[in-house]
Amino acid sequence: MENKLCIENVSKVFLEKNATVTALQNTSFCVAESEFVTILGPSGCGKSTILRIIAGLEEASSGRVLLDGKEIKEPGKDRGMVFQAYTLFPWLTVEENIAFGLNVAGRSRSDQQDAVKFYIERIGLKGFEKAYPRKLSGGMKQRVAIARALANDPEVLLMDEPFGALDAQTRSVMQELLLSVWDESHKTILFVTHDVEEAVFIGDTIYVMTARPGKIKARIAVDLPTKRTYDLKLTEQFLTIKRDVLELIREEAWKAANANLPEG
Amino acid sequence: MILLATQKWATAKAEIARPLYWSLAAAAFVLLLLVWSVLTYGGHVPPLFLPAPDEIVRAAGLLFGEFDLMQDIYASVLRVTSGFLLAAVIGVPLGIMMGSLKVCEAFFEPFLGFIRYMPASAFIPLFILWLGIGETEKIAVIFFGTFFQMTLMVMDVTKNVSQELIDTSYTLGVSKRSVFWRIILPASLPGIVDTLRITFGWAWTYLVVAEIVAASSGLGYMIMQSQRFLKTSHIIVGILVIGVIGIIIDLLFKWLYGRLFPWMGKGGAA
Ligand SMILES: Nc1ncnc2c1ncn2[C@@H]1O[C@H](COP(=O)(O)OP(=O)(O)OP(=O)(O)O)[C@@H](O)[C@H]1O
Ligand SMILES: [Mg+2]
Repeated sequence: MENKLCIENVSKVFLEKNATVTALQNTSFCVAESEFVTILGPSGCGKSTILRIIAGLEEASSGRVLLDGKEIKEPGKDRGMVFQAYTLFPWLTVEENIAFGLNVAGRSRSDQQDAVKFYIERIGLKGFEKAYPRKLSGGMKQRVAIARALANDPEVLLMDEPFGALDAQTRSVMQELLLSVWDESHKTILFVTHDVEEAVFIGDTIYVMTARPGKIKARIAVDLPTKRTYDLKLTEQFLTIKRDVLELIREEAWKAANANLPEG
Repeated sequence: MILLATQKWATAKAEIARPLYWSLAAAAFVLLLLVWSVLTYGGHVPPLFLPAPDEIVRAAGLLFGEFDLMQDIYASVLRVTSGFLLAAVIGVPLGIMMGSLKVCEAFFEPFLGFIRYMPASAFIPLFILWLGIGETEKIAVIFFGTFFQMTLMVMDVTKNVSQELIDTSYTLGVSKRSVFWRIILPASLPGIVDTLRITFGWAWTYLVVAEIVAASSGLGYMIMQSQRFLKTSHIIVGILVIGVIGIIIDLLFKWLYGRLFPWMGKGGAA
């Protein structure tokens, strides 16, 4: 498979008043077309930072990001993003939120309506087209946020702990929903999470990052059937992968915790 | 105490029924009227200091009938609205620019912050010197009294627009230029309308100050004249009229708010 997205030697140093924070150090990896990548790492290792750099919302201190061989310089609609915080535009209805990107691009009304109809059905929010975001539950908001990003038809979808604020049941439903939507579009997805089970369940490939300064510690190809339903989580195969990943992440979590102790 | 704490109305921020709300609001007015009546009809206060309610009603009839109070109201409303609109037309766009572009903030914020502490009323002698004693001077006082606060408040509202919404819009294809229309303006509009509502109230207080000096019409002028002739009842009518106009405008703004921003909860901030 061809490489869709390449992160090459990306470092990021934040300058604070009297200190510098190295969030990322020489991080490199490539993502293939239609690959579903999940990224795991201890808190503060730079997961959000790397997504923001790919999105063009943050500049890399060194290194570069290539999308289809072209270097990324600024944000663009070819890279959609879903954040952990609820970011629906509160002054727009559900359907206006979903059609937002198409509206910005100046696409026809009927194009916008088609997209709305398609995604409203996929995310199971029929009857909520005219509702304002404040009336929606957290899970519903994130479904609309995903639909809004997908309706814009990006080359790559970046997701930063999109289900992080949801309860376990809702999260599990959302995972299957995301997989079923992905099944149709086969977008290239980078999905950041701190939930190991989630990473194994939805990803084709898992990248585990080291404690700060973050870089890639391990790449795990998830050898599970492409069609995934919740009962998969109980199989021996699944649990073996989960255990391996847990082991990797535990080391880093301890490193991250110790780094914060006064003695170092 | 225990009983009190178990009552729903004693729970912080809990909603109460509409009828209860309005009954309580009415009760406050009734109470005022009651205390007033006891003081005046009971002969506890001489009429020169505080006339009885029926005296006020009679004075109101006289003022509206023979003294053409409508003319004064009209003159005052025109002044307040002119000064206020002028302040809004310049202050709102400027505030938005200051809230979104750091260069604008750096240039204007310290400067406006400096002038804001200068009392508008102290400028009246200067305004009279510069602009004479006509309408321009009155409008200048109202403008001066509202413009600086309004602009700084609009700036704060705009600054508080969530960076996450702006970032999200960039990833959906919004350009650096259109982010003003697409995100910053709609997100800060409710706060701006609220700012206008609050500063309009201030504009009224500056009106009276402006009309007390060198005016020949308006509610402030009428109140000043009445004081000269010891017409206490006329002063009170003037003050009540200003209060009523104020509450009508406040309700108008609230109604407008509800119509413009159905996406905000009931009368509440986001
Ligand atoms: N704008 C910024 N200014 C200064 N430091 C920052 C900034 N953004 C992030 N950092 C620092 O960079 C490091 C990585 O942050 P990042 O948000 O990418 O971590 P993360 O892996 O997403 O963590 P979490 O799992 O908690 O979301 C952290 O130490 C953080 O404090
Ligand atoms: Mg993060």
